[in-house]
Amino acid sequence: MTDTTRTELRQFVERRFAGIELRDDTDIFSLGYANSLFSMELVLFIEQLIQTQVPSEELSLDNFRTIDAMTALAGRLAAADQRQPAELG
Amino acid sequence: MSELLTRASARARFRAFVDEFISPCAATNDMSGTIPTEVLDAVSAAGLWAAVLPEARGGTGTGMADFGILHEEVGRGCSSLRSLLTVHSMVLHALDRWGTPSLRERWLEPMIKGQVLGGFCLTEPDAGSDIAALRTTARPNGTGYRIDGLKQWTTGGQRAGVLLTFARTERGISVFLVDGSDPGVRRQPVEGMLGTRASMLAHIQFEGCLVGADALIGLDGAGLGLAAGLLDIGRYSVASGSVGIIQACLEASVRYAGGRTQGGGQLRQHQLIQQLITKMAVDAQAARLLCEHAGSLKDAGDPATLAATCHAKYFASTAAMRAASDAVQIQGARGCAPGADVARYFRDAKVMEIIEGSTQILEQLIADDACQRLGERGPRPEGD
Repeated sequence: MTDTTRTELRQFVERRFAGIELRDDTDIFSLGYANSLFSMELVLFIEQLIQTQVPSEELSLDNFRTIDAMTALAGRLAAADQRQPAELG
Repeated sequence: MSELLTRASARARFRAFVDEFISPCAATNDMSGTIPTEVLDAVSAAGLWAAVLPEARGGTGTGMADFGILHEEVGRGCSSLRSLLTVHSMVLHALDRWGTPSLRERWLEPMIKGQVLGGFCLTEPDAGSDIAALRTTARPNGTGYRIDGLKQWTTGGQRAGVLLTFARTERGISVFLVDGSDPGVRRQPVEGMLGTRASMLAHIQFEGCLVGADALIGLDGAGLGLAAGLLDIGRYSVASGSVGIIQACLEASVRYAGGRTQGGGQLRQHQLIQQLITKMAVDAQAARLLCEHAGSLKDAGDPATLAATCHAKYFASTAAMRAASDAVQIQGARGCAPGADVARYFRDAKVMEIIEGSTQILEQLIADDACQRLGERGPRPEGD
């Protein structure tokens, strides 16, 4: 799950910024050409990827700065989503 | 096929509603600078204030594609009312998506029913397109915040019951939902605007306005990202409303050109008039398709919808200005007369090129996006 998510996130960013040189810990926003519109694209992409909404408490820019951070966020949300039925029950 | 039939059915329903309740009073509203309570009540009775929310979340919408059709049809009848729907939808979406449980408990139902209208307080004297420059502050005060600052050109600001307010905190730009009846909120109505004259604009002064910590929408400091998401909804609404203006121009032009005789024949038989009508017809369809594409992407949760919405708004709003100019041209002096529908479309269309991302801001965004996708990023200006 994590490897697939990481790969898909990387492919998404690389498609968006063709030719970008990106490590998993590269701060995408420090490169100078990402804007607030792109940050919303990332939110939507992660939501589409894991089929759940990013809650407001996770909407910190730090969660979207790097492939590592986004992979970790997706993992947390997916885990929380799987726990939810049991917790509700 | 069933999706097409459903959309056709939604359009027919919205069109009938607009023709019965909205269009007949649009010119009067434009002159008086207000939308009567009966019209707002009719929108409530039809359940149209909450079209941005799906039924599963208490709304009355069936998706963003239908939302676009509704805003096109309302925009065909009255751009001022469409403006109220735009900002209400943005505020309602913010509340539903990122509001605290207590905020949702208090405001969601009355907003869904249209008993309370939303206002979007972003623009300031020195901050329009450049959101990062805004000066309104939200300082910690006890367990909550104290908001001070001046917001300008707030659509629906004369009667909005809740105000989605962007303010600067220690962590950056943040968003608060403010009770419009707070004694720290003062409104100055703005009258005599060029276009969307009945959208009940106001300048809003926040002076010692106290809100609880639960009034914060989303994380403290996450305002720029939230603004991008909310403006995307507003942009989609304005794009759709612009399609409505083009359609209204087309219908008015065809009626006029078919009924007027000039040089021994119907005006519509003159080739230069046919050229103007052709441009309107094709622009209407092209703009509508761009909006439908953006709406379908929204319904699919596809991040490409953000760029698609910029494309749709850019094309539709500039095409609406062209169509309105040509519609006035076709009617000549009659089109310039007080109370002329096409004169109203002309004035309203100019506003569409300015709000929710001006034409020039969209050109910057769209060009940057295209260059980035094709690997040509170039240096960014400082502070962007």
